[in-house]
Amino acid sequence: MTKAIIAGAIAVTLIAVTGAQQPASQQPPAPPPQQPSEIVTTISGEGGAPPRLAVPDFIPLSPDAETAAIAKTIGQVLWDDLNFEREFSFIPRDTYASIPRATSFTDVPFDRWRELNADGLVVGTVQKVGTTIKVEMRLFNVRTGQSAFGRQYDGTAANPRLFAHTISDEIHKTQRALNGVARSKLTFDSDRDGERMSGTVQNRSIKEIYISDYDGENQRRVTVGKTLNIAPRWSPDGRAIAYTSYRRGGANIFISNIFQGTLDEVTKGDRVGENWLPAWSPDGTRIAFSSTRDGNPEIYVVNRDGSNLRRITNHPGIDITPTWSPTGNQIAFTSDRTGTPQIYVVGSDGLNLAKRSSDGYCDRPTWSPAPYNEIAFSSRSGPGFDIRVIDLVTGRSSALTNGEGTNESPAYSPNGRHIVFTSTRSGKTQVFTMARDGRNVKQITRTGNNEKPDWSK
Amino acid sequence: MKAARQTALLIAIVFVLGAAACGGKKPPVARPMPPPPPTSGTNPSRPPAPPEPVAEPTIVPPEPVRADAITSASLDELNKNSPLKPVFFELDSSELSELSQKTLDENAALMKRYPSWTVTVEGHCDERGTAEYNLALGERRAIAARAYLVALGIPAGRVRTVSYGKEFPFDPAQTESAFSTNRRAHFVITSK
Repeated sequence: MTKAIIAGAIAVTLIAVTGAQQPASQQPPAPPPQQPSEIVTTISGEGGAPPRLAVPDFIPLSPDAETAAIAKTIGQVLWDDLNFEREFSFIPRDTYASIPRATSFTDVPFDRWRELNADGLVVGTVQKVGTTIKVEMRLFNVRTGQSAFGRQYDGTAANPRLFAHTISDEIHKTQRALNGVARSKLTFDSDRDGERMSGTVQNRSIKEIYISDYDGENQRRVTVGKTLNIAPRWSPDGRAIAYTSYRRGGANIFISNIFQGTLDEVTKGDRVGENWLPAWSPDGTRIAFSSTRDGNPEIYVVNRDGSNLRRITNHPGIDITPTWSPTGNQIAFTSDRTGTPQIYVVGSDGLNLAKRSSDGYCDRPTWSPAPYNEIAFSSRSGPGFDIRVIDLVTGRSSALTNGEGTNESPAYSPNGRHIVFTSTRSGKTQVFTMARDGRNVKQITRTGNNEKPDWSK
Repeated sequence: MKAARQTALLIAIVFVLGAAACGGKKPPVARPMPPPPPTSGTNPSRPPAPPEPVAEPTIVPPEPVRADAITSASLDELNKNSPLKPVFFELDSSELSELSQKTLDENAALMKRYPSWTVTVEGHCDERGTAEYNLALGERRAIAARAYLVALGIPAGRVRTVSYGKEFPFDPAQTESAFSTNRRAHFVITSK
């Protein structure tokens, strides 16, 4: 639903595909009345292989340096965005130099791109129009020289990367029927600003909530608590973040409405004990969390406004770290009722409890989105932790990390194909992403300690 | 406590000596009193003090001088070098060892001596547990320490608990000794 945020920033126009199908001739396009059309064709690779794409820099149509820089940025970011999902293979960018650069959609040297075995070619233009920029793109089928897909975007020059993210998501959607994650966002807690908690004994670093783009760009702080604000979770609509805050002394659940700058207090009043680790229900109306209000850490569910509290677990062991199933009918959580912490699943009505893990010490379950039916978690392996996944159909668990530092706190991307997690493999605790098979590990944060990440829905 | 006992002893000696002086037939042999134990700051090479006059024992103040330092210190100063000592735990455990219980006995005695103090017990964990589960484990440790104090007669309302999991390590090093330093219930005096 991050798209809802974006909608206001960039206006999108579907290019009339029929009008854009220009072979590489110098014939000026006949000006038929351009009706917006949803006709989109897909590009396939040779013999079922992934299509091979070329993504050169976009073409600046305005002569100024800013437009040139934006055109370059969009091309590079789009390449990274498309590469992230591994749905296409790519013609390396350093081989493009031998090919004459197009100056518009009408002088693309398709024969030269065919020599490089490209199946698809993304061509885009960037033009300054007053205070906004106009970005136009075509995905050409290199074999036929026809446009498979085209769009025009208007928006501010403040964040050129957003044009690339939007184009990438649309190419994945139309060409591969895939919900890309280029416009999704991450959130995590961090002590990077080095601020100290006032009035306490020790020299303690406070932690605040930060957000960033999925690729780690545009990292921004969203809380000012001068205390511990930890374990943030995106609301399903991408407009709010629930987290655990110590601003009242003990731990409580707060919601920051980050685009309004307002704060909601979910757990308040006397004798509410400690309240940790909120998790949004898939429809965003309820929050599961762990609380000691009845004397022992148990799982509770409450409406977003703090009403209608219901207790889900009832055991003298520790029950903590809830996560919802994609349908909202079940909750997975951590319990040490049999000794070591293990992953359990229970109905959101508190019935049908089942233990699902059998590894040594397991915590921070995160339920994958459909169509994957699995739970990722961190599990002790030797001195540290590794990220593991349980397949809920077979019950089998497998490791995604293998002892490179200690690895914790997994969370799924909205399409279930990636996992964000923390690792100490580069020194301090940092946020990383990886594909759901453990490949393509990418470091997201580099300053301070960054922990307990979540991925927008 | 020690000072009070000394006072009682001194009074007893005075009483016995006085009784002996009045009732005995034999004249008492005048013996010098042993010098008082050296107090801190006195010069050890000083000649022994003359015996105290028997009839006028010094009045010992009811509280030792050291206690004045505690009473007059600000909360920040007190907590920087807290008279309430932390208790430490084994890996993944919230059980109080014998040593921890002894520390808590001393903390309880101090809290009884300063009945106006309220205290927050912070539960802390090392980095070898997960961040999330450690929030609850830290709570367990704080609650174990609090329950012990309450069992010793400290009113429950004087002791609050909070868990910081592994968010505030006392020693950030990745060593065994750092880990054991970080697994603790830490006492903070919140009002006095």
